[in-house]
Amino acid sequence: MNGSVSLRDRLNLTVRDIPRSGIRDFFDIVSTMKDVISLGIGEPDFDTPWHVRESTVFALERGATHYTSNLGYLELRRALSRYVRKVFGAEYDPESEVLVTVGVSEALDLALRALINPGDEVLYHEPCYVSYRATILFAHGVPLAVETRPENGFRLTRAMLEAKVTPRTKVLMLNFPNNPTGGIMSRADLEDIAAFARERDLIVVTDEIYGELTYDAPHTSIVSLPGLRDRTIFLHGFSKAWAMTGFRLGYACGPAELIDAMMKVHQYTMLCASSLGQKAALEALARPESDIAEMVNEYRRRRNFIVKAFNEMGLDCHRPLGAFYAFPSVAKFGLPSRDFALKLLHEERVAVVPGTAFGACGEGFVRCAYATNLENVKEAMVRIERFTKRLASAQ
Amino acid sequence: MDELLTILQNNALESPETIARLLGVSAAEVNARIADYEKRGVIRGYQAILNEDELELGKVTAVIEVKVTPQREGGFDTIANRVSRFPEVRSAYLMSGTYDLLLFVEGRTLREVAAFVSERLSPLEGVLSTSTHFMLKTYKRFGVLMHQEVTDERLSVTP
Repeated sequence: MNGSVSLRDRLNLTVRDIPRSGIRDFFDIVSTMKDVISLGIGEPDFDTPWHVRESTVFALERGATHYTSNLGYLELRRALSRYVRKVFGAEYDPESEVLVTVGVSEALDLALRALINPGDEVLYHEPCYVSYRATILFAHGVPLAVETRPENGFRLTRAMLEAKVTPRTKVLMLNFPNNPTGGIMSRADLEDIAAFARERDLIVVTDEIYGELTYDAPHTSIVSLPGLRDRTIFLHGFSKAWAMTGFRLGYACGPAELIDAMMKVHQYTMLCASSLGQKAALEALARPESDIAEMVNEYRRRRNFIVKAFNEMGLDCHRPLGAFYAFPSVAKFGLPSRDFALKLLHEERVAVVPGTAFGACGEGFVRCAYATNLENVKEAMVRIERFTKRLASAQ
Repeated sequence: MDELLTILQNNALESPETIARLLGVSAAEVNARIADYEKRGVIRGYQAILNEDELELGKVTAVIEVKVTPQREGGFDTIANRVSRFPEVRSAYLMSGTYDLLLFVEGRTLREVAAFVSERLSPLEGVLSTSTHFMLKTYKRFGVLMHQEVTDERLSVTP
């Protein structure tokens, strides 16, 4: 290359300028250390239900190793359509309105690429899942972040959205129950947002991957509200409620025109989701209630434990109503979240994720996943309490 | 089922303080509820789940299918209670199907168990026939795998 232009300078500018995920960055540090108790894992500690694993082995034996339809096995799409109607309250035609994807992450990327022209704005709320901002940028959209706060349970309000929306805004992205805050939206909360979306003529992309995991009140999906089904892309998958993260299986439901557009991107980039993952999903849907109910009860008990422990040690911790994360404030120690997390890791060998990995407004918080066994949670609380006492007495 | 019992069934050594936090109630309430369950006989004891294959205890366990004649008064309960009282019988169940009682019987040797069956069990009035199967290896007891270690393959930090 004769030193002409460096490889870095040849990169696509958007890709070049997007930072690596703060999670990945933190993982690299944690993975060099031993005997760490990790509250940093954003996936269930439960095993994939055995009947799902066993039937995946059977599917492999039977030769389910070929390409499937771009949209996914029709049998699976039919089962998904029934499940979404029953649990989330909206009707989708399995022939044309359901697309099986490689996790919700792919579905999100497809939705945005299918919708966004360069310069279109996307409203979303922070703190949020690590990929949202990057995915919007990859689609050449303009991210408009709205900050949610612990004072109102990290819920989103119409007023927050009104303060940011412009005539160029095209899409509203939602994620409730929320990673990393554990916030959820009541039906009344969602009705305000739905009215906003209708009046501003926005397309809604709703990531409800934690939809089954709520603890004190049932989940309401925005697709079940009047007029929203026809302007919404609903995203869901098997990672959280069935502990199937490694299967990488998600799906999108939406009006046929939108699903068809997403399918075009999917067919030219991914072709189809893994055949074995699809077989596993089909088996998972055969008996969802029994798998999920006891997991939810166990998460609820751990949630009760961890929130009480944080509040007793003097850390303000909003009571998460869904997902499996607590998001306590550590602002009072005067350290940036990242420094707090690093110091905690080095001094007490407990891994938590700095809130800033989920957006700038996550500063002052850390995310603690309680998707880990109770013995680990207990020991982590002992160590964090010892650590915060030391920090407080040094102030 | 009461969540308190679910927790104890999973780990009977869980402290009342921890259980209180898990359920969002006071430790005093947890203690009172446990005492009540014990008093009512709902909780009938606490035992460790042992992997006995590791201990080389020099004992044998037999699973015995027993056909019996139900009594005119008391049905199967009379004979089942009589059989259950032998200390050699560790568990006893009334079954549907081709036999009536299923017994788990322990002894030091095969000969000892055989003697129990032929000298104690079979001669009982109401016992019609028995079929004895000796256990060779335990893979799972009370929901716990005996020979497979539970591993956590997850990365230490994930989104």
